[in-house]
Amino acid sequence: MNRQKKSWLLVAFLMSAGMLCQAQDKYFTKTGKISFYSITSLENVEAVNKTAGAILDAKTGSVQFAALMKGFEFKKALMQEHFNENYIESDQYPKAEFRGSIINNADVNYAKDGTYPVKVKGQLTLHGTSKEVEAPGTLQIQGGKVDVSSTFTVLVSDFKISIPSIVKDKINNNVKVVVEAHLDPLKM
Amino acid sequence: MRIKLALPLLLIFAGAKPLLAQDIDTLLNEQKPKKEYVTASFKSTRIIMTHSIEMLKPGILDFRILHRFGNVNSGAGEFFGLDQATIRLGLDYGISNNFTIGIGRGNYRKELDGFLKYRLIQQATGIGASPISLVLAGGTTLQTAKWVGAPKDESFSNRLGYYGQILAGRKFSENLTLQLTPTIVHRNLVPIGDPNDMYALGAGGRIKLSHRVSFNVDYYMVFNKDKSIKTYNPLSIGFDIETGGHVFQLHLTNAIGMNERAFITETTNRWSKGDIQFGFNISRAFQVKKRKF
Repeated sequence: MNRQKKSWLLVAFLMSAGMLCQAQDKYFTKTGKISFYSITSLENVEAVNKTAGAILDAKTGSVQFAALMKGFEFKKALMQEHFNENYIESDQYPKAEFRGSIINNADVNYAKDGTYPVKVKGQLTLHGTSKEVEAPGTLQIQGGKVDVSSTFTVLVSDFKISIPSIVKDKINNNVKVVVEAHLDPLKM
Repeated sequence: MRIKLALPLLLIFAGAKPLLAQDIDTLLNEQKPKKEYVTASFKSTRIIMTHSIEMLKPGILDFRILHRFGNVNSGAGEFFGLDQATIRLGLDYGISNNFTIGIGRGNYRKELDGFLKYRLIQQATGIGASPISLVLAGGTTLQTAKWVGAPKDESFSNRLGYYGQILAGRKFSENLTLQLTPTIVHRNLVPIGDPNDMYALGAGGRIKLSHRVSFNVDYYMVFNKDKSIKTYNPLSIGFDIETGGHVFQLHLTNAIGMNERAFITETTNRWSKGDIQFGFNISRAFQVKKRKF
């Protein structure tokens, strides 16, 4: 084998080895919990989605969430139907997605158990519209698993979702979003 | 040698881009394809007169007030029909996703009615898809008004009527739903020469005009009408307006009565003669049984 070919083999070996090592630095879940709350004096709207997907790259701090709108469950069946049909139009826009990264990822030691406060920043895409969102959160490392939690507020109007005047007092434009996900290491 | 090595290396690195960019989508798409039910075919459980393929969710109690004025062509003296009114009050309840029951009472003949509605197939896409929804509906009517007719005929069973329907409907798009409703109405007591069993085919649908407003049409073709009186096919057209927990159905119709026995067998009004009545149905849904998460 000539020297050039040997170099190639070495490079290829290192590359694949490198990629294998990288795999343990990714964490994911398919059962993340995302809830949202609209609180008004007349009526509360709340829903929870227990099948959100999430991926976290420990090396780069890159974070991605995705949830099917039809996966949000409401206490009132009619509210769920109206949410899908009139507000979020889930037949046209079936998913909500967040793609961003942990700004202070360097402060997190994924190898050491503990609770780390983080700041996440990225694009939230809802109802076909994307908006930059910044949110505080907590990362809890325990036994090689990562628990993510975050609470933040979004404005419904930012995502081209209109609240008709007839229900203006029953739906708050400020909606509180709570994210809780238990991530396991992603095995390649 | 260096340049020759550098270029391919560059390509390798470029190809080995972080998988994260595509991961979340592939992760979710890995989930097996499932059945996706088609929902919200109609705004209400009635097209206007007819039962629609829409079922009540479990634990939902639907209070329905049906109000119809008199004939518009009854002139100014009757304030174009607004002076007269017929009413039906009813309660529908969703027992399960596919089973709805209801009772009601209309002031026309002081008739009580009750029905059962069972969904056999729900329109769905994906695995095990179905192009239509198929619902069975059946009910009983009981006239409780003072007996009018030969005293020898007065008996409890003579006050009864029954109806059975197959609702076959499809939501073609977000804006269009159509339904066919083959129906049979049975009346225990009928004048001599009239059929005890009357057959009809209902055809109706809705065109959604906005998120909360739709235009509905509801028509029955009655095949073997009575010979003792002249009746016509009932036709109702109108708008459904949904406002949160209420659905208002504003409509014009020639139908007489607000249950299947009445409007299929007794509609003596004619659109062509202007025997048109303005009516409105109000439906208010209450969630009486908490949902389990």
